[in-house]
Amino acid sequence: MDVESMYQEIILEHYRRPLHAGLREPFDAQVQHVNPTCGDEVTLRVTLKDAGDDAVIADVSYEALGCSISQASASVMADMIIGKTVAEAMRISDEFLTLMQSRGEAEADEDVLGDAIAFAGVSKFPARIKCALLSWMAWKDATAKALIKTEEQA
Amino acid sequence: MTALAGGIGSLDIEAIRSDFPILGRAVRGGRHLIYLDSGATSHKPRQVLDAERDFYTTRNAAAHRGAHLLGEEATDAYEGARARIAEFLRADPGEIVFTKSATEAVNLVAYAMSNAATAGPQANRFSVGPGDEVLVTESEHHANLVPWQQLCERTGATLRWFGVTADGRIDLSDIDELINGRTKVVALTHQSNVTGVVPPVAEVAAAAHKVGALVLADGAQSVPHRPVDVSALGADFLVFSSHKMLGPSGVGVLWGRRELLEAMPPFISGGSMIEIVRMESSTFLPPPARFEAGVPAAAQAVGLAAACDYLDALGMVNVAAHEEALTAHALDALAAVEGLRILGPLDTQDRGGAVSFVLAGIHPHDVGQVLDELGIAVRTGHHCAWPLHRALHAQASTRATFYVYNTHDEVDALADGIRQAQKFFGTV
Repeated sequence: MDVESMYQEIILEHYRRPLHAGLREPFDAQVQHVNPTCGDEVTLRVTLKDAGDDAVIADVSYEALGCSISQASASVMADMIIGKTVAEAMRISDEFLTLMQSRGEAEADEDVLGDAIAFAGVSKFPARIKCALLSWMAWKDATAKALIKTEEQA
Repeated sequence: MTALAGGIGSLDIEAIRSDFPILGRAVRGGRHLIYLDSGATSHKPRQVLDAERDFYTTRNAAAHRGAHLLGEEATDAYEGARARIAEFLRADPGEIVFTKSATEAVNLVAYAMSNAATAGPQANRFSVGPGDEVLVTESEHHANLVPWQQLCERTGATLRWFGVTADGRIDLSDIDELINGRTKVVALTHQSNVTGVVPPVAEVAAAAHKVGALVLADGAQSVPHRPVDVSALGADFLVFSSHKMLGPSGVGVLWGRRELLEAMPPFISGGSMIEIVRMESSTFLPPPARFEAGVPAAAQAVGLAAACDYLDALGMVNVAAHEEALTAHALDALAAVEGLRILGPLDTQDRGGAVSFVLAGIHPHDVGQVLDELGIAVRTGHHCAWPLHRALHAQASTRATFYVYNTHDEVDALADGIRQAQKFFGTV
């Protein structure tokens, strides 16, 4: 089946045993994002260490209700970006967005994307791209809010 | 036409299918298309496509304008379509308003009600304000919920609603409290797009009329699938769309009682709905023209009339019987799948052909993806009925809907496809 190109084993693995799931304290910002077409939702918290250009993602915790793609994407994302600087994580996020918008045509950089490269097959199914991007968009939004908060406190 | 049963009897499904060119195309992996998403939009038979094309190739002009032959013929075609649709519903042509969709038809009434405040004394009975109540149900499609929420926001009226029972029926236990002297309008589905539930519209309407409230029925999922006679409906307004009943997209219908339409202020204003225009102000034409500003979608209306011809030739009683048989089959076949829960009643009593379900351990998007791989087109998500899903404790569901061209083999393929999804995700 062609869907097997989408449902890579690594995606199903993250879906069955999501990493870093659950909402944790303390946090600098929390957001809730939904996919209005299907009602999938993610509540996501970001905790930063240090401020401005030095900001490091100390934790990403989340509660996700949704399909295998959206749940696995949240798990892969959290696992990749926790411990990275915000700048590094943004670079991964941008690369991931490019991959997802490529309709399966992009030459993705595995060095940057790590496990997230498994989502390349999803980009061939336009209706599912939002699923894969849901938690990334939530993370970006939460991080922007957390940066403002930590700037104000610095 | 090749597929006409005429009178009462069973449909010749193979002949019907040959009228729908799209059913012949291959989908993913070269598989045959199994289209179980007619509740979202139906396919169109050649007869409808030909009627639309014939309008453009022989009579195309702006209806109700133009001092020329084509304008005259286009107007005749458009008004002829109105008469044909009226006949389909046992209504008067003057009570048929063309809109762009069922959604717009609901908005037309909801906006007319807030416009009533400034539309003079004859519009009084449409006026709503603080202290008044607008009553809907928890099982509405967003198109018959959000416009009423918005009406309440604009006017200060209060939105109230009937809840649903565990099997998705409308809970009428508090009808005597919910329909009261403050109720101005009751808007409810004539057939749920999720559970297939057919509520007792006439009974609700009778209670509403006792307190002087208006009643709007959402017929988007009923008019395409069973005989609907507006004189027996009980409601004051009925909305539906063409594209769900074998007709073209871009046209919908509002049916309203003549005396109400005559007193109702316009929603969208502009050309061809006016009587006299001066720089200071304007007066408006009688209905239905009052509600049809702008050049109308005449070709689409003509296509919808051809869809009515097609459906009447099959016989709406036969269409309903065919769908009931498919629904009964689907309810049986799906109930036998381990870990599957159907949203809504488990038998076909007062229930149409929408079968929505949730599967333990597999999200509807993932079910839909595997089914799509097998050539089976279903809808996944909340189907624009988010509050109903919440009430039935489902985050989302997978929905199969049936129409004149669906077969029992396709129902079996659906059940088999669901089991393949379970195997793929390792849930059984």
